[in-house]
Amino acid sequence: MESMRDIKRRINSIKNTQKITNAMKMVAAAKLRRSQEMAERARPFFNKTREIIYDVSQYTNDYTEHPLFLDKGGKRHLYIVINSDRGLCGAYNIKAVEKARDSFRPVEEVFLIVIGRHARDFFKKRNFNIVSEYINIPDYPDYRFSKRIADELISLYKEDIVDRVSIVYTHFNSVISQTAKLLPLLPLAALEKPEEKEDKMIDYLYEPSPDAVFDILLPAYINNILYSAILEAKASEYGAVMTAMDSATDNAEELIGELTLIFNRARQSAITTEITEIVGGAEALK
Amino acid sequence: MPSTIRLEVVTPFGLVYRDDIDYLKAPAVDGEIGILPQHAPLVTGLEIGILHVKKGGEEFKIAISEGFLEVKPDNINVIVRTAELQNDIDVERARRARERAEKRLKSGDNSIDRARAEAALKRALARLKAAEYSLQIQDD
Repeated sequence: MESMRDIKRRINSIKNTQKITNAMKMVAAAKLRRSQEMAERARPFFNKTREIIYDVSQYTNDYTEHPLFLDKGGKRHLYIVINSDRGLCGAYNIKAVEKARDSFRPVEEVFLIVIGRHARDFFKKRNFNIVSEYINIPDYPDYRFSKRIADELISLYKEDIVDRVSIVYTHFNSVISQTAKLLPLLPLAALEKPEEKEDKMIDYLYEPSPDAVFDILLPAYINNILYSAILEAKASEYGAVMTAMDSATDNAEELIGELTLIFNRARQSAITTEITEIVGGAEALK
Repeated sequence: MPSTIRLEVVTPFGLVYRDDIDYLKAPAVDGEIGILPQHAPLVTGLEIGILHVKKGGEEFKIAISEGFLEVKPDNINVIVRTAELQNDIDVERARRARERAEKRLKSGDNSIDRARAEAALKRALARLKAAEYSLQIQDD
């Protein structure tokens, strides 16, 4: 059995860890509140953008030869994977990364833009083709942060380096539930139908011309989607950190309880031994 | 025949405006366009500027940044980076932003991002213009 001193030392060290996990949980909770609000506010914007693009993509296939529109049928697929910079967030990072890896098809040539240190390390270790990496994500990313990434992916697509673009991010359902999602971005001809969307044929006018409108609409669309996805991912990250740190704190509590029990037992047996010794000694003196 | 059309203005920071309106004038990329109910479906890009909204005899403005506009048979969607109703505009902040942008453009320094400074100036001017209008109304 461990000595009482050793057990005491372990209890103290767990208590210290618990203080840290509890503090991290509180920090995550504070950040979560703000990023959740940001993500939720951006949702109508995200949905509307997707709806419009979907409408437009449905009824204009025949009119345009816009480069962002056409399905070139190629096999070079660019994935944008959003992760976090830090660990200690449960399965948050690994879920998104696995989601991405499961979506890679054997026939595809995979290109990656990784956001967050974890995704970079993961794919680098496995020798994937990382086009570029964005680490040190701000706590509350702004439009400019996503713009840089959007500009890069548009130019990769326009310069015919990749044939399709998808984004893998984590959708924030609630503090305890987040889902890793794959969302195809380009080409527009291959878009999925957004949920809650009724079928209605609309024949649009384009002012001044379809291609001129697409020149504005499409980059804005990509940036809007990317920005919202980053916000969702960020809220999910804090949710995951909070849950992970919450259960770490609980586990520490449990461990402290168990160790205290062992400590008391050790103390009791030490006392018993001492008493036995004294009684034995007194007995011998008689 | 409906005499109003539903207008929704959304930004990444939330829904800014949603109501049935009578008339909208917007700064499209190839010039101002006016939209009345029963307008044909349309998609166009928007520039930094001001949305003029008419609703039940009243008229007000919304300062916007670039984005796009979609007109459907019974609603108008305006999707922009920022939008502020004329009464919500922080005039002091817009003034400071204008000064900052003007200084930057005048400095002749090549290291600055000219396009960005120009966009900042345009945004500030649109905000000031929209806000000024509301001040005039209050004076009457």
